[in-house]
Amino acid sequence: MHQALLIYLTVGGAAFLFPGVGGKRRALVPALLLAGFFLFFLFKLPFIAETGAWHQVILWIPELGLNLEFLLDGLSLFMVILVAGIGALVFLYSRVYMKEYQETGRFYLYLFLFAGSMTGLVLSANLIQLFIFWELTSVLSFLLIGFFHEKAEARRAAFQSLYITGFGGLCMLAGIILLGSIPGSYSLPAWLASSAAIRASSFYVPGLLLILVGAFTKSAQFPFHFWLPTAMKAPAPVSAYLHSATMVKAGFFLLARLAPVLGGTPEWKYIISSVGVLTMLVGSYLAISQKDIKSILAYTTINGLGILVLLIGINTEQSASAALIFLFVHAMYKATLFMMAGMIEKKTGTRDIDRLGGLARHMPVSFIIALLAALSMAGLPPMLGFLGKELIYEAKVELPGINFPLLVLGVLSNILMVAVSLAFLYKIFLGPPRRYAVAPDEKGWLLLAGPAVLALFSLVLGLFPDLIGNTLINTALPVMHAGAGEVDLKIWHGVNTVFFLSLLTVFFGLLLSWLIIRKTTLLEAWRRMNNAIFYIRFSELFSAAIDRFIAFSGRKEKVMQHGYHRYYILTIVSFTALLMWGKVILGGVEWPEMHVRVESFFIPVLVGVMVPAVLYSTLTRSRMAAIIDMGVVGYGISLIYMYFSAVDLAIMQILVETLTVVIFVLVLQRLPRFAILSTRRTRIRDLTVALVFGSVMTMVALFAVQANVPKPVSEYFQDRSLTDAFGRNVVNVILVDFRAFDTLGETVVLITAALGILVLIGKKTGKI
Amino acid sequence: MNSVILQIAEKYIRWLLLFFALTALLRGHHFPGGGFIAGLLAGLAVVFRSLAYSEEKVFRDFPVRPVTLLSAGLIMILLSFLPAWLTNRPFMTGVWVKPVLPLAGELKLGTPLVFDTGIFLSVTGVILLFLFSLKIPEKWK
Repeated sequence: MHQALLIYLTVGGAAFLFPGVGGKRRALVPALLLAGFFLFFLFKLPFIAETGAWHQVILWIPELGLNLEFLLDGLSLFMVILVAGIGALVFLYSRVYMKEYQETGRFYLYLFLFAGSMTGLVLSANLIQLFIFWELTSVLSFLLIGFFHEKAEARRAAFQSLYITGFGGLCMLAGIILLGSIPGSYSLPAWLASSAAIRASSFYVPGLLLILVGAFTKSAQFPFHFWLPTAMKAPAPVSAYLHSATMVKAGFFLLARLAPVLGGTPEWKYIISSVGVLTMLVGSYLAISQKDIKSILAYTTINGLGILVLLIGINTEQSASAALIFLFVHAMYKATLFMMAGMIEKKTGTRDIDRLGGLARHMPVSFIIALLAALSMAGLPPMLGFLGKELIYEAKVELPGINFPLLVLGVLSNILMVAVSLAFLYKIFLGPPRRYAVAPDEKGWLLLAGPAVLALFSLVLGLFPDLIGNTLINTALPVMHAGAGEVDLKIWHGVNTVFFLSLLTVFFGLLLSWLIIRKTTLLEAWRRMNNAIFYIRFSELFSAAIDRFIAFSGRKEKVMQHGYHRYYILTIVSFTALLMWGKVILGGVEWPEMHVRVESFFIPVLVGVMVPAVLYSTLTRSRMAAIIDMGVVGYGISLIYMYFSAVDLAIMQILVETLTVVIFVLVLQRLPRFAILSTRRTRIRDLTVALVFGSVMTMVALFAVQANVPKPVSEYFQDRSLTDAFGRNVVNVILVDFRAFDTLGETVVLITAALGILVLIGKKTGKI
Repeated sequence: MNSVILQIAEKYIRWLLLFFALTALLRGHHFPGGGFIAGLLAGLAVVFRSLAYSEEKVFRDFPVRPVTLLSAGLIMILLSFLPAWLTNRPFMTGVWVKPVLPLAGELKLGTPLVFDTGIFLSVTGVILLFLFSLKIPEKWK
């Protein structure tokens, strides 16, 4: 599998690196590659159906448990076929859709990378690797939403989706690390092997919650749903591919992957199903009150994602098969509808439902395609969507305990969906014709090819459901629900509860859509009521919160990052000093014993010179005098080194001291005299800080003398210096051989400081 | 500072300091010295020269840019890791060759010397950079 991804990346990457080769047909390379993926994985189906899984491990950082692991089993095969198949069609569609925009190369590159990351995501069997691909899809989604970056709205929408999905991704990473500590691995098979231990652990609930936040943000679950309608600022192919067919399904995919590990507990069941139900209702309810076609589709997508999450939360055999079928169905019709919406916008110049109508006359083929897709969305026969809806009802009916409220809410949401699909389809294509600036046409057959293929798929698979049931679904089902048997898909299930529920749904759905079409005032009233009830706009609230946060950061920075070097040093020094004194006073550290010993003549004399120099340097009003006094102290210290026969240190100290003094002098000769001297208060403050810090340093020195190391490391160096490193100067041998790595680090620090100076001053002084 | 005495003295002191720097670098493995000290000494030679003339003049006449010295130093440090890496020994192991020369007897040459030279060059470069950053900007003149 990794070879397939590598080929994808190299061939596709090469096509983007040499744009002259592809020219205007640039979109064809990724489309062909994805079609190749589609076929490659489709032909793997018999092999997977027989053996169960194909697991590849490439060692990457085995010490950290980080390996590239690819797993192709029924579930990932199912997903990858969707990703690759729809991807190829979307690329063909974008070739016409994106024709008149600037910088389409960038667009194709993002979309190409996204398709690759999404494939990588669904094939990952290592959770850290999965997280990396997960974040890649988030970032690429950000780039694609913000593709029209000259529009402030698009930028805002892009940031919003990035903040939310990025936040979720980080939570998910924390959850993965937390739960990964139980089996001691991030590999999915290892998690499966120790699933009982994970569920019994005390980390289970926090870990599960964190992972759920990740999945819910990605799959636009309530209360994170609002980024998805905002993300409709993206070009239509992006909405069709990322924000309906594939990326938003990643959350569901993660839950499906982890269901055998984390599922089956009350927490799993109740949290996930309730979030799913809420999302389902919010999505279908808000869909009706929208005016923008893409917003309507976005809210119905939220509804679909809610249903998927609900089904994975219920976690029975029926719900698993219903979820798989519905996922497939939803990807088909939603990608179709988004592509149609893009086409309508392109041809008529508007997405406002109130300004569209009577399009069937101008665009007959589009009408048929949209009709098929809308029937599928409404869950009416003979489309595949009907089967999906039946299976969902069945899963709910056979659920012990909580089935009644779930059924009622499910029927309610489906009635709304039927109404949304049919009413808006009627309005756009059959309703009273409107005036268009340019008469809409159907030029550009590629715009229709993708949706047509997908709509026909929905129809054919609806008529012959075994084509998918016996192949993809039956291979994927055992992965999601261990020990599940084969699902038997048929259109006619006989007269039973599910049948009556369907009848009920269709009847009320048709009634509601008739009402919406006939009584436009009703819809207006609905919209008004809606605005009154749901006056909280999550999206705007979130943007406002982000703006506030940025403003707050700005104010904070003015306080914290004032730009005065002296205050930075003051802060650092006093904080360190207080911390260490705090440790000494509170921590019960033993005081070092003092051994006062009078050294020979030299030391007292040196100290006798250094102390007055220090005092004078603090009192003088001349900078020059202060610097020279500090020099005196430095030379005094180097003489002390000399006395204790640390020659290298002494030489170093003398040279550094000389350089410092000279460079200071060179600087100071350019500065004027002090104009303002420090006030009394400042001087007292500085004195206090200096005394506190000085006392701390004295204490550190005393402790350091007392530190009891059983065997000083210096002996080792002394013994080995000549024999192993051929050097008699131990200090130098330590620097360049034993501890050369430290020296390297120090050199890098030094050079970084120099480069910093180059940047700070180089601008003013010119080239150095 | 335009002092004739300093300028004359500088002619000799410069070579003396550079000689000391070279000595410190080469004998550093056995006696006090080493790349860092050598770098400081060499830097001092240039600082002294700029005391006698001005940073601007020294900078104008200087044969290499300090950044070049810095990079050469870093590259030498990195080169000194190559032998150990190529002979499949642990990272940064010192590798030594001991050719026997006709008059001087056995000579021990190792990667630590290369490493030390790298440090010498980088330290010199850093000091020069500090020094030259003090020169008065063109536009202020």
